[in-house]
Amino acid sequence: MKKHIQMQLNGQSVEFLCETSGTLLHALRDSLQMTGTKEGCGSGDCGACSVMMNDTLVCSCLVLAVECSHADIRTVEGLAAGDALHPLQQAFLDNAALQCGICTPGLLVAAKALLDKNPDPTETEVRYWIAGNLCRCTGYDKIVRAILDAAQRLRGNASVNELQP
Amino acid sequence: MTKKSAAIGNEAPGMAPTIIGTRPVRPDGIDKVTGRARFGADVNLPGSLVGAVFRSPHAHARILNIDISKAQALPGVKAIITAEDLPVISEDMALINNQPPDFRDLSANVLARGKVLYEGHAIAAIAAIDEQTAHQALLLIDVEYAVLQHVVDLHQAMEPDAPLLHEHLITKGITPAPKKPSNIASRYEQVHGDVEAGFAGADIVISEEFTTQPVHQAYIEPHACMAQVAADGQTDIWCSSQGQFMVRAYCARLLDMPLSKIRVIPLEIGGGFGGKTTVYLEPLAVLLARKSGKPVRMQMNRSEVFKATGPTSGTFISLKIGARKDGTLVAAQGILCYQAGAFPGSPVRLGCMTAFAPYNIPNVKLIGYDVVVNRPKSAAYRAPGAPMASFAAECLIDMLAQKLEMDPVALRLLNAADDGTQTAYGVTFKHIGYRQTLEAARQHPHYSAPLGPNQGRGVASGFWFNIGGPSSAAININEDGTAVVTTGNPDIGGSRAAMAMMAAETLGIPYDRVQVLIGNTNAVSYSDLTGGSRVTFAVGMAVTQAAQAVIEDMKRRAALLWSVEPAEVEWLTGNAVLVAEQKQLSLADIAGQAARTGGPIAAQANINAQGAGPGFATHICDVEVDPETGHVKVLRYTAVQDVGKAIHPSYVEGQMQGGVAQGIGWALNEAYLYDENGRMLNPGFLDYRVPVASDLPMIDTVLVEVPNPRHPFGVKGVGEVPIIPPLGAVANAVARATGVRLFDLPMSPPSVHKAIKKAARRRR
Repeated sequence: MKKHIQMQLNGQSVEFLCETSGTLLHALRDSLQMTGTKEGCGSGDCGACSVMMNDTLVCSCLVLAVECSHADIRTVEGLAAGDALHPLQQAFLDNAALQCGICTPGLLVAAKALLDKNPDPTETEVRYWIAGNLCRCTGYDKIVRAILDAAQRLRGNASVNELQP
Repeated sequence: MTKKSAAIGNEAPGMAPTIIGTRPVRPDGIDKVTGRARFGADVNLPGSLVGAVFRSPHAHARILNIDISKAQALPGVKAIITAEDLPVISEDMALINNQPPDFRDLSANVLARGKVLYEGHAIAAIAAIDEQTAHQALLLIDVEYAVLQHVVDLHQAMEPDAPLLHEHLITKGITPAPKKPSNIASRYEQVHGDVEAGFAGADIVISEEFTTQPVHQAYIEPHACMAQVAADGQTDIWCSSQGQFMVRAYCARLLDMPLSKIRVIPLEIGGGFGGKTTVYLEPLAVLLARKSGKPVRMQMNRSEVFKATGPTSGTFISLKIGARKDGTLVAAQGILCYQAGAFPGSPVRLGCMTAFAPYNIPNVKLIGYDVVVNRPKSAAYRAPGAPMASFAAECLIDMLAQKLEMDPVALRLLNAADDGTQTAYGVTFKHIGYRQTLEAARQHPHYSAPLGPNQGRGVASGFWFNIGGPSSAAININEDGTAVVTTGNPDIGGSRAAMAMMAAETLGIPYDRVQVLIGNTNAVSYSDLTGGSRVTFAVGMAVTQAAQAVIEDMKRRAALLWSVEPAEVEWLTGNAVLVAEQKQLSLADIAGQAARTGGPIAAQANINAQGAGPGFATHICDVEVDPETGHVKVLRYTAVQDVGKAIHPSYVEGQMQGGVAQGIGWALNEAYLYDENGRMLNPGFLDYRVPVASDLPMIDTVLVEVPNPRHPFGVKGVGEVPIIPPLGAVANAVARATGVRLFDLPMSPPSVHKAIKKAARRRR
């Protein structure tokens, strides 16, 4: 028997049916056609499926969809306000912090969770916070720079790049 | 944080570029930061079925019987296929243009025929109405096996009494041909000069044995595809791969279909690194879609990716170098054994060719063996074959430097290959920048920075060929003078940006007036796959030539509008100019009046790009080794590389930084682990540990620019060479930090700890 679930998704009330064994990731991707959240491993090891659940960063492959009844879920699709990118998204573009782009949605969600908690992280804090988000393309250098850059922008300062000669 | 890359070297000849060398936002950037970009698993068609693969639990077994009747009877199961559903490929159809892959092997890899050769080997595939039903059905497939003795170890596989994977495999490359079959698929010999005479003239000879483990490309996106077959057999495949034309060609040959019956629609690719230069799921999805009459989606899970795709070869390498007292290298010799996995075809030959390529050594003799073992068929991985061979060679060079008490960069400079150096594999180098990478490394502040206790600094260099090859590009000029560039090459790391920049630079229009599309196999001419560090070089050359053809057409059209001869018209920064009469028409002006000058404006260039410039890199790595635990921490890393000309420097740096991270993982963490039954112990990212952000420092890059005169902007391939030096650089750094040298990768904490303890016991 499928279960009927209602939840908030990026500020919008949504409903779907799911198997009791179905994950939030599959509900997002298959039932709700929100394919911005990616599946890299299905075991919580790669972070590509990172989403916010009631203000907690989770791997959506490790959350059952039935646990999300009345939950507040936020995904990469909810980061931008209309056509205005979130400063993290803009910083990722400006710093060339993506190559293939498959880990990018999860990293953006994870990075936002960090900056919401800690608006002025050190490089080391950024590295440990995103240690659960694997990227195989970039070596993380430009991702870490982009997150520090976005933090600076969000604090109301100029972009790191604009400060450089 | 470290500073941004410095560019060193000469600008490309001609007018100073205004777009090339800048860092604009990539054309596909917005889609990739908002979740809109569609990757392999992101397409869905109404009414589609879900496909799943039944895989062997055994490393080596004969298949006695496959009973699919129970699975077939499960409600919701719409199709089941086995190797019986694949056409038998005759010997004369085994190869295309005498090039690998062998399609008989590829066919037996996508669905096992008679025998399974590794754990995870596909035996059957199912299409069902949903994932749950498909997985339930997998449990109902009943296969009867006769389990055979297996061999995953390289040395054991080479023994005369080893279990045989292929009962008729006779080693190629030996005359006379051996009478008995073995697991040694081929022997390759590379001889340059006279090694015996060379070693006779050596004052110092160093000889060691090295091993490396198979490592996976570990792209974050698992293989995924969707196939749909119309009643007339017309087939559409949506997939992420490194080449839509490769997928079309491979599926056509495996399924005995004409190319015209298959259209492959490329989706965004979530990492490949060589691992997506072949097919696994696509032919199965097509067969299932054909059999069921419905679209079929397939996606591997991570365990399937580890067990049934990739990795690159594990190796055993025995090398010897000889030098004079002043450090001049006089001879190199060795044996390289590479695991091919279940079917022949490791990159051992490329290992032999690249090992000593950075050096001018008059006498080299290397012998390579390609060995089959009960592991997944190896696949290309970034500079296939080179990192392992280079690891061994660069360790020996470092040991020589230590023995001679010479600076390791100075020793490399003394022996560096230059323009005119004849390589051991035959080619004579032209327009290379190896020496410049060494000079830049030596001058970099990193090289002279102080080191603390338990810290060491390692240096290593690397070489990769880079290739060109058949490439296509089309440019359409819209009515408002904007341009659409279509190529046939998946964008794996920012190549759309490079294509748009080269088109905009050539046409003389702003970057944001160029859009780039990756065409499906019916929308654009054939192009070789995205690999071999060829796209920015070869496809960029096609894009530039197409843009030049547009310009010629523009001049002709402007001449028509002005009623003058085309030869009188010049093209300057996006405008047709009639200097004599001080008249000017912009691209937009001409495009707006296209009907008056012959209709729509477009051009295409289909070329076989020649003149790829080889890539050289020199890396500096600082590590700190914890003597209590053996843990190696990379403290600082600088990658110096001759890139020819960086079109978009950020994405060039990104290639270098990403290659370094993969190389560090190879050196320190990554390995396939097997139990006694030949089953993989670590088929997930928890236990197969790729570097995470907290494992790495910032990776500094220095772009040396020695332009390639064969490319309109001086480009050399950049994607592969950065994975080569890290193995040696990290190993050399560990050796210098601890005083103990490790010859086996990965240098995991237990093995480093053991080596330190062993050395301490010896000193007592």
